[in-house]
Amino acid sequence: MDVMPKWAEVILVPLISLILAAIISALVILAIGEDPIAAVKLMVSGALGSTYGWGYTLYYATNFMFTGLAVAVAFHARLFNIGGEGQAALGGLGVALACLYIPWPHWSLALLGAIAMAALFGAFWAAIPAYLQARRGSHIVITTIMFNFIAASLLNYILVNVLRPTGSMDPATARFPEATQLPTLHELLAPIGISFSKAAPANITLLVAVLACVLVWALIWHTRLGYELRAYGHSQSAAKYAGISPFKITMITMIISGGLAGLMAINNVMGEAERLVLNAVEGAGFIGIAVALMGRSHPFGVFIAAILFGFLYQGGAELALWTSIPRELIVVIQALVILFTGALDNMVRMPLERMFLAVRRARSPKPERKPIEPAE
Amino acid sequence: MDFLTLIQLLDSTVRLATPLLLACLAGLFSERAGIFDIGLEGKMLAAAFFSAAIASVTGSVWLGLAAGIAASMLLSALHGFASITFRGNQLISGVAINFLAAGLTVLIAQSWFQQGGRTPSLMGGGRFTPITLPFADAVADVPFIGPIYAELISGHSILVYIAFAAVPLTWFILFRTRFGLRLRAVGENPAAVDTAGVSVVGLRYAAIGICSVLCGIAGAYLSTALQAGFVKDMSAGRGYIALAALIFAKWRPWYALYATLLFGLFGALETRPDVITSLTGMRVQGQLLGALPYIMTVIILAGFVGRATPPRAGGEPYVKER
Amino acid sequence: MTATTVAPAIELKGISKAFGPVQANKDISIRVMPGTIHGIIGENGAGKSTLMSILYGFYKADAGEVFISGTKTEIPDSQAAISAGIGMVFQHFKLVENFTVLENIILGAEDGWSLTTSLGKARKELVALEQEYGLNVDPDAVIEDLGVGMQQRVEILKALYRQADILILDEPTGVLTPAEADQLFRILGRLREEGKTIILITHKLREIMEITDTVSVMRRGEMTATVKTAETSPEQLAELMVGRKVLLSVNKAPATPGKVVLDIKNLHVTDEAGVERLKGIDLQVRAGEILGIAGVAGNGQSELLELLGGYARGTGTVTLNGTAIDLSGKYADGKSRRAKGIAHVPEDRQREGLIMDFHAWENTAFGYHHDPSYQSGLLMNNAAIREDTEAKMKRFDVRPPDPKLAAKNFSGGNQQKIVLAREIERNPDLLLVGQPTRGVDIGAIEFIHQQIVALRDQGKAILLVSVELEEIFSLSDRIAVMFDGHIMGERLPGQTDEKELGMLMAGMEATQ
Repeated sequence: MDVMPKWAEVILVPLISLILAAIISALVILAIGEDPIAAVKLMVSGALGSTYGWGYTLYYATNFMFTGLAVAVAFHARLFNIGGEGQAALGGLGVALACLYIPWPHWSLALLGAIAMAALFGAFWAAIPAYLQARRGSHIVITTIMFNFIAASLLNYILVNVLRPTGSMDPATARFPEATQLPTLHELLAPIGISFSKAAPANITLLVAVLACVLVWALIWHTRLGYELRAYGHSQSAAKYAGISPFKITMITMIISGGLAGLMAINNVMGEAERLVLNAVEGAGFIGIAVALMGRSHPFGVFIAAILFGFLYQGGAELALWTSIPRELIVVIQALVILFTGALDNMVRMPLERMFLAVRRARSPKPERKPIEPAE
Repeated sequence: MDFLTLIQLLDSTVRLATPLLLACLAGLFSERAGIFDIGLEGKMLAAAFFSAAIASVTGSVWLGLAAGIAASMLLSALHGFASITFRGNQLISGVAINFLAAGLTVLIAQSWFQQGGRTPSLMGGGRFTPITLPFADAVADVPFIGPIYAELISGHSILVYIAFAAVPLTWFILFRTRFGLRLRAVGENPAAVDTAGVSVVGLRYAAIGICSVLCGIAGAYLSTALQAGFVKDMSAGRGYIALAALIFAKWRPWYALYATLLFGLFGALETRPDVITSLTGMRVQGQLLGALPYIMTVIILAGFVGRATPPRAGGEPYVKER
Repeated sequence: MTATTVAPAIELKGISKAFGPVQANKDISIRVMPGTIHGIIGENGAGKSTLMSILYGFYKADAGEVFISGTKTEIPDSQAAISAGIGMVFQHFKLVENFTVLENIILGAEDGWSLTTSLGKARKELVALEQEYGLNVDPDAVIEDLGVGMQQRVEILKALYRQADILILDEPTGVLTPAEADQLFRILGRLREEGKTIILITHKLREIMEITDTVSVMRRGEMTATVKTAETSPEQLAELMVGRKVLLSVNKAPATPGKVVLDIKNLHVTDEAGVERLKGIDLQVRAGEILGIAGVAGNGQSELLELLGGYARGTGTVTLNGTAIDLSGKYADGKSRRAKGIAHVPEDRQREGLIMDFHAWENTAFGYHHDPSYQSGLLMNNAAIREDTEAKMKRFDVRPPDPKLAAKNFSGGNQQKIVLAREIERNPDLLLVGQPTRGVDIGAIEFIHQQIVALRDQGKAILLVSVELEEIFSLSDRIAVMFDGHIMGERLPGQTDEKELGMLMAGMEATQ
């Protein structure tokens, strides 16, 4: 039997990690001479106090669902994809090409086309590091980091030299045609009588992200591919015995992961900016790491964690607007979440396990069966 | 390309290789002891900020250096706490440290200096200045040897000489001392060290301690010698490139020197597109040139390393077993 | 204690140790007299190694006291154990593979900060030690180039270099040929003459009877008896170990071999490091027979299983029921092998046969997750797999029969039953079995052996690899001996003995 009940594993551990991260963040805010309680109030009212705030929170959350799922899928195969940033950037390129060069008759078709291109470009950018790891033995962590830098340079080059409309000084593409504009939550909710802020960027991509969560859940726990992927992640030697090809799993996992990261672009590039600008990803690829860790690599956990980070992101923007706390606060919080839910997991877990063990012993003084062979 | 351009190119190679070399040797101590450290980047960044900040406030670059090293040590202690004491995932801990440094440096810089996340420009005693080696001026006019000595070897800051001296020193510590033997052993088979009655935890903390000092110097070099002050994200991936150099060097000190010099050369070429044009006859795009060190890293990792055997216990937390 | 009695070299009083919910040692007391060889015998998981690890400062006991030569001694860490004169040779050697012998010897016992000085001094001492005890090893050889027998000598020298008076050896013969084991016992005898105290941990009754002066028996974390070896018998010890009378041999009818199922000709396998592991193997296994492969671990048996199981590549020809199987191409994988009717119970169930974090039901589908009965449309039919698992667990008496329990939470024997149920119930033409009872309690051993024999009696071909000669003798209908990637010879179990097989296992052509 596992030492901890499942609810403690799934809810208690992440919650305690989160509280620890929150306490330290509060101390950081105190240290730079600001009031943490006032800051939280401002964040809550700014991010959740209006449909405008919610619109931004959900918009950011949509980004993080995609990048979080990307990291989570790779984690299941014990692959650490730090390249979400670059893959999402390439996804943006795919979306831009799809929107600019194909005359879509309707946004729904444009959305399908953009989804295909975003996933394709993101997957391509992840497939190269995957291939290099599977065939050449280059460490995927370092290669995906390098590919983030390379993607940034590549996009810079393409935006300045290729896609920039003549006469424009701005390193960005032209605005996408009218027909590619995605419906916002305002437009989607109005017919059913809910009034939602017009100005907020949350759009139909949110539904695509939710769908992606469901599909990833089905993939991981209800398909042969998901089964093989998890088996490979848990034990490479056992996977080999079972006839699961390491090369195939590494490639497919990273292609799915990169594709998911790329999909983020339909939200930020197509749904919000409606053109491709420099550095459009704005760190969302990295936040995916924190989201996946906090969500315990489970799509539902990723969904919840993405909304939480959406709140933090929008709240942080409000803070930067109204106080002298810079937006980098969110990077610090993100770091703390990664630290506590990822690297310091045992610090939270070990005392809890001892506690549950003590409780169980107190309840049943004689174990009714010997569950584990003694460690010799 | 004439001789003087070559000297200039090599001179900037040396300057750009220095932080890479320090970080690479830092990573070498850590990884030889079995602790992966992708947090080199964050430690360098934090050290760069605190060096510049303290140097700017006190006017003493040496106090700045001390502050930079201290900041790097704190982050290393965190890494040790997570990955040695609590046996957490070393890669994730490293990622967390990189973000922590990226966020905190800007946050504190804004709080202290209100200059948009940078420190004021350093002047006078706030920077490490070039040292003119003896007779540099006297021999400068001697053909061939003169410029090499006066331009290439002389005229760097003290930290450059420290970095180069660290190479033989690292070699000596690793292969000629008791500490080095134990350090290498703990990265290969910690159980052997443990059963021999030596503390695995103690050795690993010592290793990341040395790592943090070297990272601290590397960071201080960035903000107080290479440039005059701290700007946001100024480490710019150097920590990762140092890691790539470490793999390229197969975790050996002298090869680390050669590998970082090579990467330094890529960096130097990036600032001299004219040299590339004259060598290859092609006009190269500035933006693509910026990606050169990263592309070369990928190519080198994929193609030329061959079967690099990392320390066998690398990345694995040590759990006592029978 | 009166002045005339000699104090025991080691005395343990009331040692207890729990790992989480598992009580590994319960109130154990033992006295080991100086200058003797004291055996500790018990089944896998009886708590022998835990006890010795406590003595060596590797684990901290929850309760109890340790006396060394009559003095109460605290052993918080290995350093304290070394200072108290205790040396330990672990089952899995604790050597740095890419260091030299000399570097390994001095590690942790260096003389001053300078390595050069330490190595110089140690070299002289090592040569003296080697001569004193007849333990010759090249000080400058790198560990990974040495055979296991040599590596074990290095471990013993390490302890002697640290001036150990008490030497603990944990399952020292597991990786040795019978001849190497005899040599080890001669060395141990010599150490005893020199006044050293030796504790020998083993699960092999033969070794206990051969070399020890006294023997303690452990069962389920408890010390059940300590007796003089001369006053006991293997049968009595076996009963003490298990707690009931044990069948030491398997009841089986003579084999009735049919047609050739597996035919191997001139098989070569080279591993990833470029070392040739199989150097031209010819073997046949017929329907309705068990071919046992005897040999010391590491002589190519693992590679043979891996190749036949589809995850090592090789050259030569292998046919199954007359059709060739792919040894290095597109279909050289486990999936294709299973489709052809080859099932495989791998040597290392924890690293290969099971995914320890997966539930029992997920493990039941492992390797067979493409099976049509496990699918429903595009998705896997998890409910069907769980049902199937529950039925399999009942038939194979897996305890507890809970498909939702993770594999790591079952005992070694029950884990093996899960693997066996999965592989045998596929009704394969050929079953590959590696070390079927390694780390398995004696009760489960009987059951597992019966299942293998039953499959044979259904007319299936079985290739058995085991390093336990006893198991080879009791299960096999025919025995082939492997040494250094070659088949040294084939024998019938009724017409050979341990001595002859031992010679073959050591690479010596036996006179016929």
